[in-house]
Amino acid sequence: MEIDDKLVEKLAKLSKLEIAAEEKTKLKANFGKIIDLVDKLQEINTDGVEPLIYLTENKNILRKDVVENMVDKVEALKNAPDKDSDYFKVPKVLKK
Amino acid sequence: MSVYDKYQVVIGLEVHAQLSTKSKMYCADSTAFGVSPNTNVSPLTLGHPGTLPVVNEEAIVSAIKMGVAMNCSIRNENGFARKNYFYADLPKGYQITQDKTPICGEGQLKISVDGKEKNIGIERIHMEEDAGKSTHDLDPFNTLIDLNRAGVPLIEIVSKPDLRSAEEAYQYLIEVRKLVRYLDICDGNMEEGSLRCDANISVFLKEKEDKFENFGDRCEVKNMNSMRNVMKAIEFEFKRQIDVIEAGGTIDQQTRTFNAADGSTAMMRSKENANDYRYFPEPDLPIVYVSNEEIEKIKAEMPKLSSELFNEYVNDLKLSEYDAGILSEDRDFAAYFNELITFTTNYKAATNFMIGPVKSYLNEHAVEITEFPLKAKSIAEMLKMVEDNKMSFNVASSKLFDALVKQPEADVSEMAQKLNLIQDSDEGFIEGIIDEVLAKNAEKVEAYKNGNKNLLGMFMGQVMKASKGKANPKVASKLIQDKLDS
Repeated sequence: MEIDDKLVEKLAKLSKLEIAAEEKTKLKANFGKIIDLVDKLQEINTDGVEPLIYLTENKNILRKDVVENMVDKVEALKNAPDKDSDYFKVPKVLKK
Repeated sequence: MSVYDKYQVVIGLEVHAQLSTKSKMYCADSTAFGVSPNTNVSPLTLGHPGTLPVVNEEAIVSAIKMGVAMNCSIRNENGFARKNYFYADLPKGYQITQDKTPICGEGQLKISVDGKEKNIGIERIHMEEDAGKSTHDLDPFNTLIDLNRAGVPLIEIVSKPDLRSAEEAYQYLIEVRKLVRYLDICDGNMEEGSLRCDANISVFLKEKEDKFENFGDRCEVKNMNSMRNVMKAIEFEFKRQIDVIEAGGTIDQQTRTFNAADGSTAMMRSKENANDYRYFPEPDLPIVYVSNEEIEKIKAEMPKLSSELFNEYVNDLKLSEYDAGILSEDRDFAAYFNELITFTTNYKAATNFMIGPVKSYLNEHAVEITEFPLKAKSIAEMLKMVEDNKMSFNVASSKLFDALVKQPEADVSEMAQKLNLIQDSDEGFIEGIIDEVLAKNAEKVEAYKNGNKNLLGMFMGQVMKASKGKANPKVASKLIQDKLDS
């Protein structure tokens, strides 16, 4: 898989990040290393092997439908960079 | 022939139903509606690091019920997946949903359009969580985020592209809403957003065979908050796509938004700009295994559905399809009727009472049958009086009914006595009145005997009036005729 500017830009867009031109070169190299690692893993023949999704064999860790463990509004909003007494404030999502 | 007649519309619907559980899908926050913003929250909902989701078992049961009701296959081993996207009302940065292992597989739903039945294929039903709510118009500089709704359980019901008209789509939604309400898993309110619908719409030339390969590229329309709007969006999109094709253009796969103000649709994003959700298995949630025994148990506990009741009313009670349709439309209304017919076998009269005075009362007072003051037994007693010729259906369903709904605890026959509504079938009493009336109207009696048979109604009216409405009309009518013809 080729790591080009287009791919880095796509990933930046999906993560809603702005990436400076000089950072792109560095990121391309880092991404390349990750892909190399995965390519190495790909060398192993996994025909007929069930994918391992969970590292635990636990099943059915379920919860009864009961309300508990909520935090109050003051605490919920405490760590937000921008807020009022009721809401989290974020930059305008819809431009008019 | 219009150019539109050459084309056939193809529709598939994705319906999101918000489940009526008390707590959220993956954590124990309340799902109560209408509370102050950001109060139904916990560190998990807020997307804080180190939190772990745990599945609400009631949500699983609700999803299975819907699957059973739609004749879907139910999956035993259920896995969850992360759907990654960045948006302010989704603090975790991903939605926990089901991707390759939806809890319900293929099924179908029967709809009826213009008396014709049709089976609409169901592709899948999967479980997921709702996002928070963004408000764009309260603050001029910011978008405001309320996370009360974030994490509320949803099921997404995906139909096959089997719908062929806006009317079919409408009927499909009616049936889905009926099901969720009968199962009591969702309140089914589209305007308030507890039932939401996206429509995938494409067209093809009618001269071609109706099969998937021939369908045009589809557009997905979002943001329709009523069933009428779903129909409008389909009608608009059908014409728009044909206009594009007829002008030599091509339909590109895209997501469009519905504008309720003028019933149009507009592009939101093209295929090139489509989100890349990068699904992968949710590592924080272990497999949920549902055994066949558990599925059977859920099945056994399910209430009778609208379609079953409809069939029973038509086949066993011999009611008309029209009556059966009205009775079975609402679960609680049907339950009331079912209780009523434990007291009476006069099903048609019971039906008329439900569809007549009871339904009018509910409409006039804008209340649900669950808030209706009269007990089913009281209505049964009124029906018995009608059956015993103690009063007409009209008197029972108006005067007596009106008095009883105001005093629901009153004894039915005492109330009828008090209001002087009990009819007299005593022939001696009625004959006396008839004799008086005929004596007073000797000329008209003569006219009747000379052939003016229309006067019968006049005599009848006089007799009823003289008896203050208490004479049994059937008996009175027969006696008048006997006397005049003698």
